[in-house]
Amino acid sequence: MALFTAENIRKRFGARVVLENVSFSVEQGAVHGIMGPNGAGKTTCFNVLTGHYAPDGGRISFDGRDITGMAPHRLARLGVSRSFQIMNLFDDTVVIENVILALPEFRHRALNPVREVFHDMALIERAMGVLEQVGLTARAWERTASLPYGERRALEIAVALAPGPRIVFLDEPTSGLGIDATRALAELISKIRQRYTVVLIEHDMSFLFDLADRISVIHWGQVIAEDTPEALRSDKWVARSALGEVA
Amino acid sequence: MISLSDIPARGGSPFTPSMGVFVALVLTAPLWLEPVGLYQYLGIEVAIWFIFALGFNLLFGYAGLHSFGHGAYLGVGAYAFGLYEQNVAVDLWGGLAVAVLAAGLAGALVGALISHRRGIYFALLSIACGQVFWFCAIKLHSITGGEDGLLGIPRPDLVIGPVRIELAGNAALYWFVAVILVVVIVVLWRVVNAPFGRVLQAIRQNEMRARFVGYDVWKIKWLAFTLSAAFAGLAGGLFAMAQESAYPDVMSINQSGLIVMMVLVGGGLVSFWGPVLGVLVYFLARDILGGLTETWLLWFGLMFVIVVMARPEGLAGLVDMLRTRIGLVPAKHAPVGAKTGGA
Repeated sequence: MALFTAENIRKRFGARVVLENVSFSVEQGAVHGIMGPNGAGKTTCFNVLTGHYAPDGGRISFDGRDITGMAPHRLARLGVSRSFQIMNLFDDTVVIENVILALPEFRHRALNPVREVFHDMALIERAMGVLEQVGLTARAWERTASLPYGERRALEIAVALAPGPRIVFLDEPTSGLGIDATRALAELISKIRQRYTVVLIEHDMSFLFDLADRISVIHWGQVIAEDTPEALRSDKWVARSALGEVA
Repeated sequence: MISLSDIPARGGSPFTPSMGVFVALVLTAPLWLEPVGLYQYLGIEVAIWFIFALGFNLLFGYAGLHSFGHGAYLGVGAYAFGLYEQNVAVDLWGGLAVAVLAAGLAGALVGALISHRRGIYFALLSIACGQVFWFCAIKLHSITGGEDGLLGIPRPDLVIGPVRIELAGNAALYWFVAVILVVVIVVLWRVVNAPFGRVLQAIRQNEMRARFVGYDVWKIKWLAFTLSAAFAGLAGGLFAMAQESAYPDVMSINQSGLIVMMVLVGGGLVSFWGPVLGVLVYFLARDILGGLTETWLLWFGLMFVIVVMARPEGLAGLVDMLRTRIGLVPAKHAPVGAKTGGA
C-alpha cells in the first residue's frame, strides 16, 4: 500500500481554479518528483498536502489514515514534514536552535517553563547529528541570519528532517543554487532517501530526472502525466509543454 | 545588535551578573532613595511597574504579540484585590492570589478570543477588549464603585507562620514589593530561557515554520497571553494595596499605552532588561522633568518619538552598543561543554 496518497484534490481561490483533480501516490522509500512550469500549482499542491490550506475537494491519506484538512502541527506530529521554497527559518537565533526547535524531544517539553535548553547536551548532540546530515556542524553556533544562501538552503532541509518525519516534502530545494551546491544537494537527497520518503518539487530537470523514481507533471493545476523519468522523456505531452527539453 | 533570542555563554545559570546588580539596587533602594532627592513611595510604584512591564514583555517582546490593552489586567488585579479585602477577608496572600487568578482568567478569556489574530487585528482587538473591562469598571456601580472606584482598601499584614509584619507603612510595603519583584525576575528569566520561552521566541520569529515543525501555535500564544495577564494582575493587586484604592483610571487606555511606551523606550524588543530601563526612565522623567515643567509629558513623548525613529531597539540597544564600543561584550560562543563541530 502506498504511504501517501492524494486523490482528486481540488483547490480554488475565489473563481480561480488552482488545482483540479490532482492525484498521485507515493510508495514508502520512494522519491516522487513534481514538475511543471511556473504558476502550474506545484507549491499550492504542497500547501494543500501539508495542511497549510484545506482542499475544496478530494482526499489525502497518509499511512492508511485520512489526513484531509488536518492542521500542519498535527501532520508534523504524525510524520509529515516539509521545507519551503522561500526560506522559512528562525533567523534571530543560532543555527543549531533552528534544529533543536524542530526536534520532537524538544517539542514534547514545549510547555516546560523551567529547564534550561542549552544545558541539555543530549539534545544538542541530537541536533548536531541532524546538522551533520546536511554538512552544517561547523556553523552550528553562528547566527542564522549570517549564513550564506547555499547553507541556508541546507538548514532549511535540516529543519524539515529534524522532526524525524516519515515523509518529507521539499519545495524547490535547488532554487538559487549554483552548480556545485546543486550537486552537493543531489548527493544529500540520494543519501536521505535511504531513511525518508521524499516528495520533491523541482525546476532543475536533470536534477529531478536523476533522483526521482516517479514524476508527476502538473500544468494548469492538473496532472498531465505521471510516470518514471525514462518514460517521461519520450512523452509527447511533456515535450509539448516544453518541460522535457533539458532532459 | 543584541537580540532577545541571543544565547550568550551563560550555560544553565539561573542567575546572571545583571540580575545581581539589579537585586543589589532594589534591596539597597531605601538607603539611597531619599538622599538622592527621591521618596520611598516612588520605590513602591516603580517596583510594581517593573513587575507589570516584565510580565507584559513576555507577550510583547518575546512572543511578539503587540497588545495595546494590557492596562485592563492591571485594573482587574487591582479591583479583585480590593473586592477580596473589602468583602471576603483582610488577607494578603488571599487577596494577591485572587488578583492573579482574576486577571489570569480575564486574560485567558480575551486570549481565547484574539490569540489567533495577527498584527493590526490583534492590536485593535486587544484595545477593544481592554476597553470592555474599563467600561465595566465604570458602569457596574454596585460592584466597582463606578468612577470613584473602591476606596479605603485595607493593607493587610504579612503573615508567615507565627510572624506577623505590618505593611501599613511605606517602608515595610517597599520591602514586601521588592521581594516579590526579585522572585518575579528570577521566575521570568527562567521562563524565557526554558523551552516555553524559546518556543515563544520561535513563534515570534516565524510562526508558520513553528506550526510546520509541530507546535500548536494558537495554544502557546494563548498561554503567553494568560501568563502575562496574570503578572499584570499581580502588579495590579500590589498597586491597589499601595494606593489603598482601585479606580477605573488604573485600567484606562492611558495605562495600556504607557506600558507599551515604557517597554519600547527601554528596549523590551531586544533585551530582558529593556522594560526595567523603560519604567525607570518614565518615572524619573515624571518626577524630575515634572518638577521643572508641567509639560513634561510633552517632552517625554518627544523622546519616545526620537527613540522609536532613531534607535528602535531602545535604551537597552543603546547600552549594548556602548558596551560593544568599549569592548565590554564578550564574543558569543557555544555553551561550555557543547560540541562545536569542525570549526
